[in-house]
Amino acid sequence: MKGSKPRNVLPGFGLSMGFTIFYLSVIVLIPLSAVLFKTFELSWPEFWKTVTSARVLAAYRVSFLTAFFAGLVNLVFGMLIAWVLVRYRFPGKKLIDSLVDLPFALPTAVAGIALTAIYAPNGWIGSYLAPLGIKVAYSPIGITIALIFIGLPFVVRTVQPVLQDLEKETEEAAVMLGAYRLRTFWKVILPELMPALVTGFAMAFARGIGEYGSVVFISGNMPLKTEITPLLIMTKLEQYDYAGATAIALVMLIVSFLMLLVINLLQWQMNRRTIAR
Amino acid sequence: MAGTITVHLNKEASKRPEHVTESGPVRWILIAIALLFLGLIVVLPLLSIFVEAFKKGVGVYIDSIKDPDAMSALKLTLTTALIAVPLNTVFGIAAAWAISKFRFRGKNILITLIDLPFAVSPVISGMVYVLLFGAQGFLGPWLDDRGIQIIFALPGIVLATVFVTVPFVARELIPHMQAQGVQEEEAASSLGAKGWQIFWRVTLPNIKWGLLYGIILCNARAMGEFGAVSVVSGHIRGETNTLPLHIEILYNEYQFSASFAVASLLVMLAVVTLIVKSIVEWKSSSQH
Amino acid sequence: MKKITHVRSVVIILALTLVLAACGQSGNNTNTTTNKPANAATDAPATNATDEPAKAEPKPPVELLNVSYDPTRELYVEYNEAFAKHWKEETGQEVTIKQSHGGSGKQGRAVIDGLKADVVTLALGYDIDAIVEPGLINEDWQSKFEHNSAPYTSTIVFLVRKGNPKGIKDWNDLIKDKVEVITPNPKTSGGARWNYLAAWGYALKQNGGDEAKAQEFVAELFKHVPVLDSGARGSTTTFVERGIGDVLLAWENEAFLSINELGPDKFEIVYPSLSILAEPPVAVVDKVVDERGTREVSEAYLKYLYSDEGQEIAAKNYYRPINETVLAKYKETFKDLELLTIDQDFDGWKTAQEKHFADGGVFDKIYTPGS
Repeated sequence: MKGSKPRNVLPGFGLSMGFTIFYLSVIVLIPLSAVLFKTFELSWPEFWKTVTSARVLAAYRVSFLTAFFAGLVNLVFGMLIAWVLVRYRFPGKKLIDSLVDLPFALPTAVAGIALTAIYAPNGWIGSYLAPLGIKVAYSPIGITIALIFIGLPFVVRTVQPVLQDLEKETEEAAVMLGAYRLRTFWKVILPELMPALVTGFAMAFARGIGEYGSVVFISGNMPLKTEITPLLIMTKLEQYDYAGATAIALVMLIVSFLMLLVINLLQWQMNRRTIAR
Repeated sequence: MAGTITVHLNKEASKRPEHVTESGPVRWILIAIALLFLGLIVVLPLLSIFVEAFKKGVGVYIDSIKDPDAMSALKLTLTTALIAVPLNTVFGIAAAWAISKFRFRGKNILITLIDLPFAVSPVISGMVYVLLFGAQGFLGPWLDDRGIQIIFALPGIVLATVFVTVPFVARELIPHMQAQGVQEEEAASSLGAKGWQIFWRVTLPNIKWGLLYGIILCNARAMGEFGAVSVVSGHIRGETNTLPLHIEILYNEYQFSASFAVASLLVMLAVVTLIVKSIVEWKSSSQH
Repeated sequence: MKKITHVRSVVIILALTLVLAACGQSGNNTNTTTNKPANAATDAPATNATDEPAKAEPKPPVELLNVSYDPTRELYVEYNEAFAKHWKEETGQEVTIKQSHGGSGKQGRAVIDGLKADVVTLALGYDIDAIVEPGLINEDWQSKFEHNSAPYTSTIVFLVRKGNPKGIKDWNDLIKDKVEVITPNPKTSGGARWNYLAAWGYALKQNGGDEAKAQEFVAELFKHVPVLDSGARGSTTTFVERGIGDVLLAWENEAFLSINELGPDKFEIVYPSLSILAEPPVAVVDKVVDERGTREVSEAYLKYLYSDEGQEIAAKNYYRPINETVLAKYKETFKDLELLTIDQDFDGWKTAQEKHFADGGVFDKIYTPGS
């Protein structure tokens, strides 16, 4: 179905391609290149010193670790939610399905404030956790929860269509061969879902590294402990240090771009393999 | 990430034969876990917004929404979305057409570039426009000489919003149009249909659900964007404050109820569009 | 089949245009509703003005933008109204003042980047000096108005929970065991820099000017900080709403405000033995007012802050007035205490900034691993 042969019959390649490139250049590429040019104001040693100072390294660690764990949690529960939504029937399913998109729509600051209010030591949930010595708000756990909220739709919405298109026959064949349900899942279903899962995880992860609005409220912003990279960029900006801010931004941009590129290549290869089969 | 964010609640799915689904209890346990997780992560924060919003009574709630500053913020937010969403829709269709109907080199890079705004920190997305159009920026002095104000005014807010929402429509359409293939269009073309005719009569009817969904998400995100807009807005009350920024201001003035009331307005806008979408989708599928 | 889908596509497009039209409509509606009260407000005084004997030829209405920092929101709401009335009486001209609030540094940066502020009223001189650099404000701004261009002052106090359960009386109580201190980050918050410098000044005095000891003290102090918000308002919310910490280091006016707004029965103010004289300065943005032709009204706007009415409003909003008579009137509110000043004790903002808050400065050393 995704067979690719030369498609010269259809019109509009020049127009659509031209517009796409033009639009992307104006809206995305030229503005992002400003980051690069501004960073050039720093000499190489200055740049290196900025992006590898202890505070910045600690912030990378916080950002990457929390985004990674949030991505993992979303991977498991996002798949579960997608599974439940696709395969089972229960009352209120449509509503639940719509709810999954809400983190896209809610202003991140509002999400941050609401989550902080819930998980602070005097909040709805926080007040039950505090006596147990579990600190959620103002700790890396809080950041992770905010990032789970932000990233959840990415995983669910990537896995859902794949799960839907999964052919029943493959599963049935496995059952006929006597495989147990759990085994079918591990051996037949999971491998089919893998590309979608990886994509969803990576999107949630990439989004998590950059998230700012929701995290600053819940993180506590302690240097070396709960200070995230975007906050450091903000701090540098407010200290009138533009070049320093863009230097850190550049590092983040490159990481995001490479990660997305790898996903897209992976996806492309997997698609080709499916076609070849 | 082909096939993001696509939903078709397949009605057949739930009528699976017994041997390829789980036993009753397992099924309910899985449903329960999924709902519990959603409850903790998504529903509870939403609930808390509404509880806070109505804490001081319906009167305060209505007053804070009717407040002139809130209204001007609402107007600015709608204006912004009204400009940003159609732009990104046109872009999304063009990009999806080029990517799914033709072969060319560097397609992966192009798709990655379209995805990039998803992964760029909102702080950076706002900052880049300051670097470009700010008074100290690359184009700033030139613009200033001509009296053109981009950042700290509507154009800057629109640009930042457009940047953040670039991928939504395109990313929704690309997998749809790829799956759909080119046969129908080629057939139409061989019957002598012109380019736009092919698009309006053959392609669009096929992708309309994906398109609608992409537009809804794009719109929701456009209205809710906080970080990027915060950098370029200038926070002038009643002038360059969007709804999310107005929420922050109210919160910072210790008017917690009012702030959550305005936030609940945004939540309701989002919920309503999503519900309308599923109703329309359901109606159309029951027609078949 | 083809026909049906065709019809459907038309329906979709129609629906979409309807939605868009509806959005546009509602946009227009809000437009008219917001305009109405504004018009009504401007109409009424306008008719009054024609009744009075005209003092001068009526000038067209003018709009000013005051870019300010976070804690002045309530102050300027009240002051703007008073000034508009005063200006109307004086010249017959309508003036509307728009406000923008945010962290002091962020606001300064916005003005540098092209936010067309007629006047800036920020938390510290350093942020105005930053605007001087690209030539937006003339270098002599600090001598433009009386009292170093600071029409009101404030200081740093402690806000503690009712009954002061941890018995906090002075700075050295803050580093006692199990005391948690809430302050914003000095790197991003103007107010927090005053907090930090007050603590530094106290330690310096206690240790007879030994800077190493002072550095030890502030380092220890920041070890007692569990949450470092980016702005003053964020810290207040953390302390008051989230119930974190035993003491909040805050602007005097913020402390009073949070008691009034959020619970008179929950908090009390503690004055330390020594604090710092915070002088939030004001300035006219020369380049903008000359471009827009608003110099006269902008200067009058800032000048009126020094008038009896302006001082009164400042005092009512818990800013210490510099006018002695007004200050005497509010003696009950503003307790006398020993105050350091930035110019005498810290050689001005530039030196303080470079030494303490610049990258690699004393504050950064507190948060260097292994120290």
